[in-house]
Amino acid sequence: MSIRVRAQESNGVINIRALMSHDMLVPDDDGGPHFIETVEVARNGNTAITANWNYTVSRNPFLQVEIDGSAGDTVSISWTDNKGESDSTEVEVR
Amino acid sequence: MISTKRRVFLKGTLAAGTVGVAVGAGLLAPSKLLAAWPSEAFGAEGLANAMEAVTGSSDIADGDVTLSAPEIAENGAVVPVSVESSLDNVTEMAVFVELNNLPLVAHYVLGDGAHANVSGRIRMGESSNVIAAVKSGDTWYKTVQEVKVTVGGCGG
Repeated sequence: MSIRVRAQESNGVINIRALMSHDMLVPDDDGGPHFIETVEVARNGNTAITANWNYTVSRNPFLQVEIDGSAGDTVSISWTDNKGESDSTEVEVR
Repeated sequence: MISTKRRVFLKGTLAAGTVGVAVGAGLLAPSKLLAAWPSEAFGAEGLANAMEAVTGSSDIADGDVTLSAPEIAENGAVVPVSVESSLDNVTEMAVFVELNNLPLVAHYVLGDGAHANVSGRIRMGESSNVIAAVKSGDTWYKTVQEVKVTVGGCGG
């Protein structure tokens, strides 16, 4: 499991791009459905955006969002799937 | 700008009446109140049912919502979709695929400082209308675009 995140600030807006490794299994797959249900995007510890997903989000999900903020802020991405597995990472905004 | 902030402040003040007590007492994390995965909406079959579960109505008005998706997607397993709006005070956004077995693909809750501009990649089983909906204040608005899929990508 891993999450790759890029967070870059321009004119007071942080552009965040996250790539999460997850198979996002649909019901017909072996072991499915097994998919990320919720992703939280937080800045300096405060949730800015919550994404709720179905298994119809593509495998290895990509998420791009924009939030107000500054270079040097901390952005974290955390996901939880329908089997209770989770992953989280944080980066400093450039 | 000023009116937007004032609105957020007023909303916060009203919510603080009941919920604020629990939050203040450390019983609930604020984010968790909004973050519960809406299982009924995600399990709803048929576009009308899914839209009703998310927005409270299956008949919402067209409005200032921009949906960027390919006209033709060669691979239904990976269809890039962006939703953007310049409406004020956007608190929720949703993406539906009309002909998927479960039309609701994604639902976003926007907090303070979040812009109404979200992109991702979705699965489409067949050619279908894609609907992007945005909640501004208490009202939902939508836009619709057809995406033709050459090879379906849901596998069931």
